[in-house]
Amino acid sequence: MSALRELYQQVIVDHSKQPRNFGALDAANHSKEGFNPLCGDRLTVYILEQAGSIAKIQFVGCGCAISVASASLMTEVLTGKSQAEVNEIFNDFHQLVTLGHDAVLEEKLGKLAVLAGVAEFPARVKCATLAWHTLKAALADDAHTVSTE
Amino acid sequence: MTIDFDKLRGEFPLLKETTRGKPLIYLDNSATNQKPQVVIDALNHYYCHDNANIHRGVYELSERATREFEKARVEIQTFINAAHSHEIIFVRGATEGINLVAQSYGRSQLKADDEIIISTMEHHSNIVPWQMLTEQVGAKLRVIPISDSGEIDIDDYKKLFNARTKMVAIAHASNALGTINPIKEMAAIAHEHGVPILVDGAQAFPHMPVDVQDLDCDFYVFSSHKAYGPTGIGVLYGKEKLLEKMPPYQGGGDMIESVSFTKTTYNKLPFKFEAGTPDIAGVIGFGVAVKYLKAIGMQNIAAHEQDLLVYGTQKLSAIPGLKIIGTAKQKVGVISFVLEGVHPHDIGTILDDEGVAIRAGHHCAMPVMERYHIPATVRASFGLYNTNADIDALVKGIMAVKKVFA
Ligand SMILES: Cc1ncc(COP(=O)(O)O)c(C=O)c1O
Repeated sequence: MSALRELYQQVIVDHSKQPRNFGALDAANHSKEGFNPLCGDRLTVYILEQAGSIAKIQFVGCGCAISVASASLMTEVLTGKSQAEVNEIFNDFHQLVTLGHDAVLEEKLGKLAVLAGVAEFPARVKCATLAWHTLKAALADDAHTVSTE
Repeated sequence: MTIDFDKLRGEFPLLKETTRGKPLIYLDNSATNQKPQVVIDALNHYYCHDNANIHRGVYELSERATREFEKARVEIQTFINAAHSHEIIFVRGATEGINLVAQSYGRSQLKADDEIIISTMEHHSNIVPWQMLTEQVGAKLRVIPISDSGEIDIDDYKKLFNARTKMVAIAHASNALGTINPIKEMAAIAHEHGVPILVDGAQAFPHMPVDVQDLDCDFYVFSSHKAYGPTGIGVLYGKEKLLEKMPPYQGGGDMIESVSFTKTTYNKLPFKFEAGTPDIAGVIGFGVAVKYLKAIGMQNIAAHEQDLLVYGTQKLSAIPGLKIIGTAKQKVGVISFVLEGVHPHDIGTILDDEGVAIRAGHHCAMPVMERYHIPATVRASFGLYNTNADIDALVKGIMAVKKVFA
């Protein structure tokens, strides 16, 4: 598979066209807007945290296929996870999209592994991580808009 | 004289490069363009044969460097038909030229509640320096709106003038939309109100004949790297009368006549505005680039790029779901567009895989994106070495994009 075809594989295109858990979450107790000034991608992550775990997570926004698919996959994977699990997945995911294929990490990350191909496109790493940095800031209740720059 | 543009293309070594295993199709000329061999050779020659500091050595080598440097100034002066060579001030680029005028002219002439007119289509470098000035002196920005096609209505412009208007700053051509503004008319209107006009020529200078006396603009700025010359150098043209009364922008060597701890007197134009050792090789290289453009003829370049614009507009508009942003009647060779259902950033990555280099983003013109309610566009921009085949490659690439997102 060419690097490009891997980047835009069916799962990613599908998530970008039909993002899961898309929409504002009125019941959220954490939310945060993230912005990539370079390409204008902007999304907001909403989290309902209950007893230290993510009970529900949704997002809205517009962006490129990579940033939307990454946000969509993130919401699927993180639902029900504890803060400690979220941190671990965040770190593993960050490593995967910056360093590329790694059998152990891909096994651990499950469906998120489809984004491993992003590492071949350094200019697109920020797209894949925008939702994730926004999530982290939301959980930390950081007052500022998250910017990739 | 007919120009063989295909032959000229062969004079640009970088265009023979491959990218991602494919021949490079370079369509990002608004960002910067590639350099002809003569310019590259000039830089090399300077460092091999002429390098010395200028305006100070008593030895022959320094005189030689100075002579070449000043020759470039005259080359550029005659190219834009400035009245005097000392009206050509070397700066780092269009950005520094605008900052110089905002800080030197603006700060010494504008007061609280004075107004500066700019337009919606300005590059950030013709917005932010004025915004900084407004914060420093308490002045205000007034912004000319643009129509859906990306044009300024002269009546909207006229309406913004009042007794407090002290400056107009406007792009000759827009990098995000391609629109060419009616500078001569806008300058005449500004002058009726006794207001000077600065023209950001970054996107016009490399693509059409520019005659600063005919335009009758007070300041005109442009960058070498967008005009087939080296990076790191550019020009501020200013009318002598205005430059004379402006205080220096930076202090240092070369810009002084005499220095003591009680009083420093400043050098004459243009040196008053050229503090420190400049990019000597860059200036000489830019002079060679200008000579190269002069030999081809700016009329010929403009005509060639208009052909590309017509062909590209026709080919791209025929693609279902593609919308061109910026459809002014007078345009330089810039086509900005969006494609339904696909983000510009993804288009950029897929085109890159096809060897086609375009720009995806807000093009340092976020107010333009806001005006059209879009986050970004894809922009193809043409230079003298582009051909219809480059546009065909772009169209083919867009078809590949559509297939990925089908
Ligand atoms: C219209 C316009 N003005 C100013 C600039 C700034 O030029 P530079 O970065 O060379 O100073 C650009 C560069 O993209 C431009 O397109």
